[in-house]
Amino acid sequence: MSYPNELKYTKEHEWIKIDGKKASIGVTKFAIDQLGDVVFLELPKVGTNFNANDAFGTIESTKTVSELYAPATCKVVEINTAIVDAPENLSQDAYQNGWLIKVEIDQVPSGLLSASEYEKYISEGV
Amino acid sequence: MSTTEKLKMTPLYEEHVSLGARMVPFAGWNMPVQYSGVVDEHKCVRNSVGLFDVSHMGEFNVTGRGALEFLQMMTINDVAKINIGQAQYNAFCYDNGTVVDDIIIYRRGFDSFFLCVNANNIEKDFAWLKEHCPKQGVILENMSDDYAQIAIQGPKSRELIAKVVDVKITDLAYYHFTEGKVLGTPAIIARTGYTGELGYELYFPASVASKIWKGLLQIGQDYGVKPCGLGARDTLRLECGYLLYGNDMDNTTTALECGLSWITKFDKNSFIGKDILLRQKEEGLKKRLIAFEMQDKAIGRHGYKVFSAKENGNEIGFISSGSPSPTLSKNIGMAYVSSENAKLGSEIWIEIRGEKKLATVVKKPFFVHGSVQG
Repeated sequence: MSYPNELKYTKEHEWIKIDGKKASIGVTKFAIDQLGDVVFLELPKVGTNFNANDAFGTIESTKTVSELYAPATCKVVEINTAIVDAPENLSQDAYQNGWLIKVEIDQVPSGLLSASEYEKYISEGV
Repeated sequence: MSTTEKLKMTPLYEEHVSLGARMVPFAGWNMPVQYSGVVDEHKCVRNSVGLFDVSHMGEFNVTGRGALEFLQMMTINDVAKINIGQAQYNAFCYDNGTVVDDIIIYRRGFDSFFLCVNANNIEKDFAWLKEHCPKQGVILENMSDDYAQIAIQGPKSRELIAKVVDVKITDLAYYHFTEGKVLGTPAIIARTGYTGELGYELYFPASVASKIWKGLLQIGQDYGVKPCGLGARDTLRLECGYLLYGNDMDNTTTALECGLSWITKFDKNSFIGKDILLRQKEEGLKKRLIAFEMQDKAIGRHGYKVFSAKENGNEIGFISSGSPSPTLSKNIGMAYVSSENAKLGSEIWIEIRGEKKLATVVKKPFFVHGSVQG
């Protein structure tokens, strides 16, 4: 399983692609595989503000519900409605077309993981 | 249960791990929840054939003079109606009419019955039976550690099973069983199941479980067989409106409240729970198990609160089971609600993470076109 180097990761299995003051946020392929069939996404409204580590939505598989946590203090500027309409596509494309929200970043917390750090983290069986 | 170390393993544990199954704790057992994916396995059972390891279920023998009378007293259905070679869905109730367990009884002889009970209830059920068992005549045996059980479910299950048994399977009617050999091993071959599809459940010695599992997967390749986990088992049974002990019924709901009136036979002689159930039938039920479909885009799940969608919006109950339906592409579930809110077509609200989402009370089952009687 690959973890793109240009992304940063959280221990809650979100990824963030930072581009200046803007960023895309999604969930890792590892998390999607753990969830099983993803059948439902609940995402915030455009304009909502989140602090880093706030729950910003939920992802549901046939069997479980998981919260999504904001990797940065940010304001939502765009929702990926295509993935909300077809969440099953997440498992095929977690990092490109599978982004969940786009945000304007206010502050990025320290402690986000690099690809290699994230890979090590999940290999430890977390 | 926080660690896997305390969990029990079925004789097929190594097979599941080698097939890449995701293992989860369930009813004290380390069980496969999925292999290829819940939806994929679910569709495989609806369209071709799937294999389930259900060795965690319990098996009891109730034999000897007085066995029939004993089971008549312990259960709500009429055991005398079971012919030799036939099976019956039944339940044990407490004195107050709430449910100890739902079970299947197989009649092997005039005085010989074989019971399949839920995994989580094995010890409880056995103790309950033992407490009431006559001191003489009836022999009660817990055979759960001796038996493995595999369910073969789906429209192509008959073709597959015909290849591995030494008996004529085409004549075996729904809820009947026979005793023969499966891949050379003596087994009980029952036409029962929990999926709404044509299917069979095999009971055989635990020592040969791997051989039979591998053989069924190998021979089943021609029919598109897949190993299936608890995830698909749950979505399949929910579509059919089949109850799951611990979710949809337990010791807080009476047999009538959870919809078991169709197996509650008041015209047989006394049985444990009869008086209360009869009174409840006459007085009417205060709560009922209903089926619902979500109208809003949301999934109602086990434990979520249910509210009336009328004027004041009082809390009226809770969801006992809820899930997306892979066959119907709807979000479905069952819930206990006060009887006045149980009418078909009633609108109800489900509270999901603080928001009220609309659902409608619908008729059970959700899915009616299975091959079960095929």
